[in-house]
Amino acid sequence: MATQSLIPAGDYRSTYAADTTIFPTAGSRYAVWAALALLCFAPLVLDRYWLSLLIQIGYFAVAALGLNILVGFTGQISIGHAAFFGFGAFASAWLSNNYGIPVFFAIPLAGVLTTAIGLIFGLPAARLKGLYLAIATLAAQYILQDFFARANWFTGGVAGTHAEAFSIFGFAFDTDHRYFYVVLAYLVLTFVLATNLMRSRDGRALVAVRDHYLSAEMMGINLTRYRTLSFGLSAFFAGIGGALYGHYLQFVSVEGFGILLSIQFLGMIIIGGLGSIMGTLMGTAFMVLVPEAMGWITDAVRGSALDRALSLKDNLSFLREMAIGLVIVLFLMFEPDGLAHRWRQIKAYWKLYPFSH
Amino acid sequence: MNTHLLLQLVVNGLIVGALYGVVAMSFVLIYKASQVVNFAQGEFLLIGAWVCWWLLTTYQLPFLVGMGITFAFMLVFGIALQVVVLRPLIGEPIISVIMVTIGLSIFFQALCKWLFGVFAQPFPPIFQTQSVQVLGLEIQTVYLMSLGISVAMMAGFAWFFRYSKHGLAMRATAFNQQVAQSLGISVRNVFAMAWAISAVVSSVAGIVVGIVNGVSSALSLYGIKVFPAVILGGLDSVVGAVIGGLVIGVLENVAQYVDGQYLHWGNLYEIVPFYVLVVILMIKPYGLFGTRDIERV
Repeated sequence: MATQSLIPAGDYRSTYAADTTIFPTAGSRYAVWAALALLCFAPLVLDRYWLSLLIQIGYFAVAALGLNILVGFTGQISIGHAAFFGFGAFASAWLSNNYGIPVFFAIPLAGVLTTAIGLIFGLPAARLKGLYLAIATLAAQYILQDFFARANWFTGGVAGTHAEAFSIFGFAFDTDHRYFYVVLAYLVLTFVLATNLMRSRDGRALVAVRDHYLSAEMMGINLTRYRTLSFGLSAFFAGIGGALYGHYLQFVSVEGFGILLSIQFLGMIIIGGLGSIMGTLMGTAFMVLVPEAMGWITDAVRGSALDRALSLKDNLSFLREMAIGLVIVLFLMFEPDGLAHRWRQIKAYWKLYPFSH
Repeated sequence: MNTHLLLQLVVNGLIVGALYGVVAMSFVLIYKASQVVNFAQGEFLLIGAWVCWWLLTTYQLPFLVGMGITFAFMLVFGIALQVVVLRPLIGEPIISVIMVTIGLSIFFQALCKWLFGVFAQPFPPIFQTQSVQVLGLEIQTVYLMSLGISVAMMAGFAWFFRYSKHGLAMRATAFNQQVAQSLGISVRNVFAMAWAISAVVSSVAGIVVGIVNGVSSALSLYGIKVFPAVILGGLDSVVGAVIGGLVIGVLENVAQYVDGQYLHWGNLYEIVPFYVLVVILMIKPYGLFGTRDIERV
């Protein structure tokens, strides 16, 4: 993979600080500030449907970011991310319902609780890798799901549980227009956190474990510690994302956290680009919008011969699932480096235009 | 203690376990030959069963003819899947390959729901007598047939690997791809063959389960249940897959007995294989008969 950047020729970095800078050019910094400013005004212009999509992208991106730390940066596989996402949602609801902890504090606390669970299920990660780990996390998914359905004291059993609305000083963020800012704040916070983590000593250790675990160990990196740590981290982000999800819907039930959601999380990071922070956001947006797009398509062809022949409307849920599966397969076959890579190539194309190299 | 019930459940467990064994064998076949973990194994059962059901109910074909056409279809399907989707991914990292099969599994599951609906559909009846008495135990005829077919499949596998030319080629490829290639074995053909055989064998299991329980999306659960079986037996051991399948089948039913008689948890039956899975992975990740990779992790 040829990496090209927009750094002008002759701009040689001479310090570590310059090398690990978040925004390599002033343009990229302005672009991010502009995007943030635009997002701040989004609730003023968008209707509820689009806002709810943006909120979905927000909380899923927080959780997917955790998975990308685990899979993309540390090179481990987890097929049980939805279970941690669900655990976060239940934990936050449980804390705020039973202990009177304000939602404001319950969300980070839920993240911490989920980290603990993630560390427990990450213990096999200390011994296993690759395929075996994938299967172990698959087992974790089913075991946690079973626990959700069984633990009435924690999750309300199969009936589900109520989650308080997010509020600060009595001001309730209970509509989409208000809750958007909560999710946006958490999104920015977690993305800054993850970006900086990857610039730190621990972040580099994680990447070293991914790239060559033997060399990493020879360089003095404690493999067991970092492997387990990345599980904990990924669970933390999943827990936060799940808590945001729970307080958005204000109701949490067992059904939402099945294996399909886990696979969607994996799809998000693969489509976005493994090991790319920005790509996580792109992939999440893509994965949230694809099923919606199936809805728009069926709406567009409603009443036509195609619709009557295939009865698209009644089968919309299957169409959405098929689209998810198909998108994952097609991306892996034709764009295995994800949208982040394609984005870099587009930028390089315009920089080099009219020459291709 | 209800000995009769326990015995009945153990027998049922062995019969279901034999089916798990068959599915696990076809899973191991793909893994051994092409190092692909096929998360879409359950969908092979599903597609096979639905195609056979569709042929039998729509065209009123005799059972064996319908089954034959299903086999031909699955053969082509398995090869096509390998050639179109999996072949371009040779050499890609393990996560890509795993994710592709997971994507395929979602896609085909949803496709089947779209084409055939979400409700379980019964096969047309095949046997006159519903059940027979064997040593004082009531056993359904279809279960007997299921057991017979499973054993036949296992014997077929044993013969295929031991004596047939293609089986030898497959073993050679599994052992060392490069050496096999240098000896004139077409590794590409072996991969395609492994997928084709796996698809056909899985569809047999699908049809058998379809006859017993009706055809529905629940069949794809076998693709998940296969993991405890193959991990227990060792991921790359065909014999281990059979034994693992039997153990998991019996274990499930004994768990159901313990649950029903003493614990009253509800669905221990469904979840106990996964606890076993985690325990095996922690203690003996290469399983009972798997190749032991000496590797520091």
